[in-house]
Amino acid sequence: MAKRVVIDPIPRIEGHLRIEVELENGKVKDAWSSGTLFRGFEIILQGRDPRDAWFITQRICGVCPVSHGHTSTMGLENAFHVTPPDNARIIRNLIEGGQFVHSHILWFYHLNALDYVDVVSALQAKPKEKSLQDVQAKVKKFVESGQLGPFANGYWGHPEYKLPPDLNLLAVAHYLEALEMQKEASAVVAQLGGKMPMHMSTPPGGTTFTPTVEVLDNVIWRLKRLQHWVDTVFLPDVLAIAPYYIKYAGIGKGVGNYLSWGVFDDPSFDPKKKLLPRGAIFDGKLAVADVDGKEVKEYVDYSWFTADSGNRSPMEGKTEPKFTKMGDTKYTWLKAPRIKDHPMEVGALSRVLVAYVSGDAKVKSMVDGTLSALGQAGHPEVLLSVLGRIAARVLETKLVIDGMLDWTGELLANLKAGKTQTYALNDVPEKGQGMGLWEAPRGALAHYNVIEGKKLKNYQCVVPTTWNASPRDHKGVRGPIEEALVGTPVLNPDKPLEVLRVVHSFDPCIACAVHIIHPVTNEVKAFRVV
Amino acid sequence: MLTKRGNGLSRRDFIRIAGGTLATLGLSGALTPKLARALEKAAAGRPKVVWLHFASDTGCTESFIKSDHPSAGELVLDILSVDYHESIMAAAGKQADEVLAKAVAGKDYICVVEGGIPTVPGHGIIGGREMLAIAKEVCGNAKAVVAIGSCAVDGGVPAAKPNPSRILGVGEALGMKVVNLPCCPVNPEWLVGTVVYVLTIGKLPELDKKGRPLMFYGRKIHDNCPRRTHFDGGRFVEQFGSKEEAAGYCLYKMGCKGPEAWSECPKTRWNSKESWCIEIGSPCLGCSEDRWTDNFAPFYGKLADVALPFGDLTADKIGVGIAVATGAAIVGHAVVKAARGKSSDESKK
Repeated sequence: MAKRVVIDPIPRIEGHLRIEVELENGKVKDAWSSGTLFRGFEIILQGRDPRDAWFITQRICGVCPVSHGHTSTMGLENAFHVTPPDNARIIRNLIEGGQFVHSHILWFYHLNALDYVDVVSALQAKPKEKSLQDVQAKVKKFVESGQLGPFANGYWGHPEYKLPPDLNLLAVAHYLEALEMQKEASAVVAQLGGKMPMHMSTPPGGTTFTPTVEVLDNVIWRLKRLQHWVDTVFLPDVLAIAPYYIKYAGIGKGVGNYLSWGVFDDPSFDPKKKLLPRGAIFDGKLAVADVDGKEVKEYVDYSWFTADSGNRSPMEGKTEPKFTKMGDTKYTWLKAPRIKDHPMEVGALSRVLVAYVSGDAKVKSMVDGTLSALGQAGHPEVLLSVLGRIAARVLETKLVIDGMLDWTGELLANLKAGKTQTYALNDVPEKGQGMGLWEAPRGALAHYNVIEGKKLKNYQCVVPTTWNASPRDHKGVRGPIEEALVGTPVLNPDKPLEVLRVVHSFDPCIACAVHIIHPVTNEVKAFRVV
Repeated sequence: MLTKRGNGLSRRDFIRIAGGTLATLGLSGALTPKLARALEKAAAGRPKVVWLHFASDTGCTESFIKSDHPSAGELVLDILSVDYHESIMAAAGKQADEVLAKAVAGKDYICVVEGGIPTVPGHGIIGGREMLAIAKEVCGNAKAVVAIGSCAVDGGVPAAKPNPSRILGVGEALGMKVVNLPCCPVNPEWLVGTVVYVLTIGKLPELDKKGRPLMFYGRKIHDNCPRRTHFDGGRFVEQFGSKEEAAGYCLYKMGCKGPEAWSECPKTRWNSKESWCIEIGSPCLGCSEDRWTDNFAPFYGKLADVALPFGDLTADKIGVGIAVATGAAIVGHAVVKAARGKSSDESKK
């Protein structure tokens, strides 16, 4: 007997996501993912100075604003035919890296961990270490106060929580520490970008930040501290927790197609030479295919838009909202993006897989080391799972923090050699069009722009969670989160903890995912007060 | 390796937090014991907070968790009881609904709102309910409502023209008086500073006509900008990447909205006082102001009608065609002969 269960709101994500699952014989038989907020950024960009776009699109998402800012800037540089100076490239890498490190720490400890860590069980631990005793006393006092705040009404005591009390306590202690560490990573973004969220220093053409040895020395000190914490706390935590949940190496595979536009440039700006390179993987076969931003098409068969808004590439994008009601035929504000009719999973797993299969030596040794630590040596296919997504994010954090220390070295070497150029744009051209392809922590991000008369005529974003949380497409094929949910065992329909685990493994960001393209025919009014 | 923490908050912790808070508020250290007592009293039965997200991008939550005095962890676990907050709470779906229903029934909470409220039916739904309906109920039963960030204050960026989802700020959507903490995102120290002020003094800080605490929104960026002497001296950046930029000259000609922006950014700065927009060479966007996304665009366009020292208004007339509702008259320490346009000193009583 099939039973429908709706989870709305889904907590510990960005934005407003509704998940509906159909359960049969203790497993998910079918699933629907819905984005339930609509804002409409692309309309707002119409008719503006193109250089405003990188500020405005940062406000699409307060969790990954840096990535939107950079993707926008790169798309505009593509339209302007400008290559930023080397120092700007490095500063952007560092700002982006700071956001990645911040985002992954926050996701693991504050968004995802409560699906695996039973806070209440930590009270049963018998810690020997003074610092852990202190944390336990704090938790005890908190629980005894009767005011559980954000921990009220969790699924505590659910049989699917598998960690022993001592490990639960350690994770709670690190939850508190991680709050400080995400702040540390954000401070690096602020040092080079003015503030975080919503940094200010990387407009089209380069950067407004003038690098100095004093600031860089300070940044390096922070990075070393972060690196030490990643090495001694973050990675060990994941390796300690994973064995208790090893069955999740076989749960939540998803669509088996993976897309990465690539992120973190080297001096050549070659997409294949990025720290995490560009590429796609189809049908779960561990081989990398070339991929192009022009191959994206979006469908709206199950979304609240007019039929004419679908089956279009982003450059000719059109969106006319048409809300009806929540049902099985129309159920979301998200479109369904596809490449060659394939739904694509995006995110750290896709990036790490593409790098791994492309033969990146460092990624390969990290991934293989992790597989052997989990007793899965020689079985990279177990990465195509909930556990694989978690592991990939953590390994990527290590890769990025190490990369950041390399980039500060590159920047210091440039300063030492007297290379001080930071900016290379003289003027906005009359017309043009461009595409920025980059990655946010949550996955592949693309911005498309069309410029006429020095103003934006059209602007489009195809963002990570639109890929991951997409609805069914014109052929009825489910999106990645929906597909990953199918087959997931659910012990107690009233406490669908397992569903949260699968959804959280994608780190959804719904504010990003929901957007609109203004019909080109619409008149854009000039905003001028005389 | 682990953070050293006492059994809950010790008195020493309180003194430390209090000291930091006082520094943020610009109050004297003599108040510290009083503040510590107030915080201890608050901790005895932690004040309840319900935090709602509407048409937001969660940037203000992200900003909040960067606060220092107190830190977000101290505030959430030791000082307040944050009963509902979708980004951090454990409960999901119907368990989350139960938590919210219980809080609302108690009517003894502060409601923090992040994000504006869409008023087109179907454009903002949580748990099957329109955001507007949720806001009416949850804000209506709160002891006080604090709107954080530009979106909650007046709709913010997504409410820029043509405002496709007809998003309104909380005060306007509900027709009620709220404390407004604009900026994009809210500065975390202003948010926690406001909260701690209320816990300490027992009432709201003094607000301007727009509901903004004067202690954070009472002065213009331009009047406290470290680059002000360059403005007064007529030394401007005219090109990014130039030697003038490296020398830290005034960014007015690059589009800085500091002369129109009422905010304590130069003093509070951002991310543990690490930096702020103007320090890294960017013109201020004026994100503390109403409708900034429309009124201050293009962002790299120069503000019109700003009086330069010595009354030199003509240098300022390069046709940028920027739509600024009020022209600011800036009175520096130099003698200003002519100041055109209305003064936008809206906080004058």
